[in-house]
Amino acid sequence: MAVREDIAETAVAAPRLGGLTVPAWQRLILVAALIVGLALPLFLKNFHVFQLTLVMVYAIAILGLNLLTGINGQFSLGHSAFYAIGAYTTAILMDRFGVPYFLTLPAAGVVCLVAGFLFGLPALRLEGLYLALATFALAVATPQLLKLSILEHWTGGVQGIVIIKPDAPFGLPLSQDRWLYYFTLAVLLLMFVAAVRLVSSRTGRALKAIRDNPLAAKAMGIDTAFYKSMAFGVSALYTGVAGSLGAIVVQFVAPDSFTFFLAVSFLVGLVVGGVGSIPGALIGGIFIMYIPNLAEQVSKGLAWAVYGAILILVIYVMPTGAAGFVRLVTGRLARLMSSNR
Amino acid sequence: MELFLHQLLAGIATGGIYACMALAVVMIYQSIDHFNFAQGEMAMFSTYIAWQLLAWGFPYWIAFAFTIVISFIAGVVIERALFKPIRNAPVLSHIIVFIAMFSILNSIAGFIWEHTIKSFPSPFPSQPLFNNRLIGAHDLGMIAVTLILLVLLYVLFRHTRLGLAMRAAAANPDSARLVGIRVGWMVALGWGLAAAIGAVAGMMIAPVVFLEPNMMLGILLYGLAGAVVGGLTSPVGAVLGGFAVGIVENLAGTFVPVIGKELKLTIALVLIVAVLMVKPSGLFGRTAVSRV
Amino acid sequence: MTSRRTLLTMAAALAGAALISSPSLAQKKYDPGASDTEIKIGNINPYSGPASAYGLIGKTLEAYFKKVNAEGGVNGRKLTFVTYDDGYSPPKTVEQARKLVESDEVLLVFQSLGTPGNTAIQKYMNGKKVPQLFVATGATQFGNPKEFPWTMGWQPNYQSEGRIYAKYILDKHPNGKIGILYQNDDYGKDYLKGMKEGLGAKAATMIVSELPYEVADPTVDSQIVTLKSKGADIFFNVATPKFAAQAIRKAAEIGWQPVHLLNNVSNSVGSVLKPAGLEASKGILSTGYIKDSTDPTWKDDAGMKEWIAFMDKYFPEGDKTSSFTVYGYAVGQSLVQVLKQAGNELTRENVMKQAANLKNVEINVLLPGIKLNSGPNDFFPIEQMQMQRFTGDRWELFGPIMSGEIGS
Repeated sequence: MAVREDIAETAVAAPRLGGLTVPAWQRLILVAALIVGLALPLFLKNFHVFQLTLVMVYAIAILGLNLLTGINGQFSLGHSAFYAIGAYTTAILMDRFGVPYFLTLPAAGVVCLVAGFLFGLPALRLEGLYLALATFALAVATPQLLKLSILEHWTGGVQGIVIIKPDAPFGLPLSQDRWLYYFTLAVLLLMFVAAVRLVSSRTGRALKAIRDNPLAAKAMGIDTAFYKSMAFGVSALYTGVAGSLGAIVVQFVAPDSFTFFLAVSFLVGLVVGGVGSIPGALIGGIFIMYIPNLAEQVSKGLAWAVYGAILILVIYVMPTGAAGFVRLVTGRLARLMSSNR
Repeated sequence: MELFLHQLLAGIATGGIYACMALAVVMIYQSIDHFNFAQGEMAMFSTYIAWQLLAWGFPYWIAFAFTIVISFIAGVVIERALFKPIRNAPVLSHIIVFIAMFSILNSIAGFIWEHTIKSFPSPFPSQPLFNNRLIGAHDLGMIAVTLILLVLLYVLFRHTRLGLAMRAAAANPDSARLVGIRVGWMVALGWGLAAAIGAVAGMMIAPVVFLEPNMMLGILLYGLAGAVVGGLTSPVGAVLGGFAVGIVENLAGTFVPVIGKELKLTIALVLIVAVLMVKPSGLFGRTAVSRV
Repeated sequence: MTSRRTLLTMAAALAGAALISSPSLAQKKYDPGASDTEIKIGNINPYSGPASAYGLIGKTLEAYFKKVNAEGGVNGRKLTFVTYDDGYSPPKTVEQARKLVESDEVLLVFQSLGTPGNTAIQKYMNGKKVPQLFVATGATQFGNPKEFPWTMGWQPNYQSEGRIYAKYILDKHPNGKIGILYQNDDYGKDYLKGMKEGLGAKAATMIVSELPYEVADPTVDSQIVTLKSKGADIFFNVATPKFAAQAIRKAAEIGWQPVHLLNNVSNSVGSVLKPAGLEASKGILSTGYIKDSTDPTWKDDAGMKEWIAFMDKYFPEGDKTSSFTVYGYAVGQSLVQVLKQAGNELTRENVMKQAANLKNVEINVLLPGIKLNSGPNDFFPIEQMQMQRFTGDRWELFGPIMSGEIGS
């Protein structure tokens, strides 16, 4: 919420202050957002801190999807599966093996990287709608696989696994919720910085080249098969880490938590935030966390209808998502300023 | 062997459901080059309209015809009102609007007609044909209706100027516009026809699975799968694909040991993905050649 | 005063309430969510999403508390009902439970629905020491006072019901071959467990086939065909209304006529048996604890008449053929009973204490003879059920009132 306000305010303020270039503004917003992000939990009830933590968790998951769809141009309706794998990896490691929560994160990431890469290999042969169907199938199959009775010893079957919420370390005077917030924030920053680096690297350029023109990319000597599978793997890694964090924050995993509707939520977050935009993921996270609650407040019986109406409205106002919208507005403002001069 | 035969026939019966839905999927694909994720919900909503008409005392076939007409008009209106304004937005934005439509239709249907299951009448006799115990009269009737729809669609696409124009508008809008096809209206017409086929599918399916707001949730997935396996460009392929999915699902659920009964759906989906990897455009689809 | 009395439909309950609450009348004690004028009750229900059919229970409760308030409230206090939607998704349940406890500061969370959601919040609620009262699920894990003293169930648990059918089978068809259809989730597996425990050593030989289905499956036809061909002559139908109705119809269609045991979840005449076909449903056996609103047996029943009056006045848009509206009415009355007993000591601890102190409480829409009983070591208020047979237009009760005796 805070971040969105920041963007709006500064965007409006731009012509008055002038002088600063767009990247400078971006840096300024980033610093402001970081300060707000650090200070916010100190002024909020634990419950709201918990909600904000979930926003960040969803943002990481959406970022993962964004790396696949926005940067590499592959489509997925199945990211709830990787979120689930991450969550279950953490839950099983914590509950069955007593592994500390922070160590389960990299484990969940690695497991999902491998799972994503392996799924990406056959998915190479599929494009567009066919890939959509394959990933859709993955999302639908996930809860069934988690329930499978021969895996019950590990997954807890239909009952799921309850895990214990970690306390703040070193005797820090922080509630469990605040501590998890900062922990998640740290992971979020790490993941976002890594994503920015990745996108602007050689690899990132190769991924984008594949998105924009697969044939030309191939002709230039890019190993499209490898890069596309890798994009799937990295994307799954992000979403898996998010799932892992989500499990710790919610303290519970069960097959019903990872249905196809979760995958749809991620997709909604991706598009609302802006396909291809890294900060957009955060806006997407905010959207999928708070808008359903808002819809519920408007009407209980018709909550989904209200949610749908809001979605349509958002797409009409911002057909390219929040990130595209901000770009559009700042672009216009910049032009306005230069013509005034 | 007896079990095999029974499962095969039960598979054909449920396959009929999927085939019916797969046809609607192919129809919309032919006109917008995409899936419509809200298609199942549109069909469900149409079926509720039919149910309401029947509840008001209309005879079955009158209600049937009315529902088709209403659905057709609704389909056209939805395209004109919701999708025309964003026709230049990215594909993903369209998908979000599909999702929005899905939730709106699902929510409103539950709000108006409650979630309690309703029985929906079948136009076919309740006694099975020739007194067999293997396949019900409604199942056979549904298959017949699907085949009739298939023939109509085939004729439309292959042997009429309108069908050709629709296919052109979907496949290559710019060139279509150049030769004087009103692309926007072709798309709207496609929406209308898809909604009408969906309505027929809904009215055929509801007597089997009972009418309730979530009745299409699983069926749409199977219908999509059927359409994709058969080939999205081929109505014949889609119908065969629908039957194939029904049969494979039942046989896998019955005869795959240990995990079969729990993973009926998953096994069917894995097989579909496997088919796609060997034949990426489906069993009966034409291979798409893209211009560089 | 008179209006308060009208709430108490059962004289016995009234006497019990007065007796227990009198000592605490002297001093008033409140926890968050309670005051001289108000008692705040939290609730979580799936109003949206695939399980939204259950949202009807939440809406019934809302209407019922309106009635209670219109008639003077509980011990002079108005009930404020705060209900949220979780879409049957456990992470959302956690969020909403925390919102209720930390933001709305309710006295208790009541009738949160579904096993996964309740499992997800059980640890939290017990950690916070906020009652998670009368959860809307029959899973056995919600009646474990030693480990979770703040969580209590209400309806007969699924496992006990499974045992009741097992008892019946062993008694009447000791050489039968049982085929089971169950929903592949905690609910289905609890019934399965109860049935197997009830059959004991004979389970392995008697059960010839147990087949799961998924909620996303379009039909259960394939499973029914298999069950028939495995030679089952007893059919245990553990499915939710839609699938139960499909199973009944398909069995009739393929000429399979087993002894048909239908789980209580799906024995509504109006919303299951009628759509499935009354002729096909004839002879089906089930258990009951609640009066069926569509069953003509209760046409002139005082309790059901009161319920109809309530529906007409406070919830006219509600579905009278659904068992959920009767269920909501019954469980709402149970909560009011607990709050009455708690008197002026409206602390969370006392709410749990009184909930665990229900003695032969009768609710007028439960079957005659079924009473609510709980104790410090008994967190299953309703454990009794009676078997019934469908005659083609109504349920006919038979045999004694039974209990599954779980854990005993």
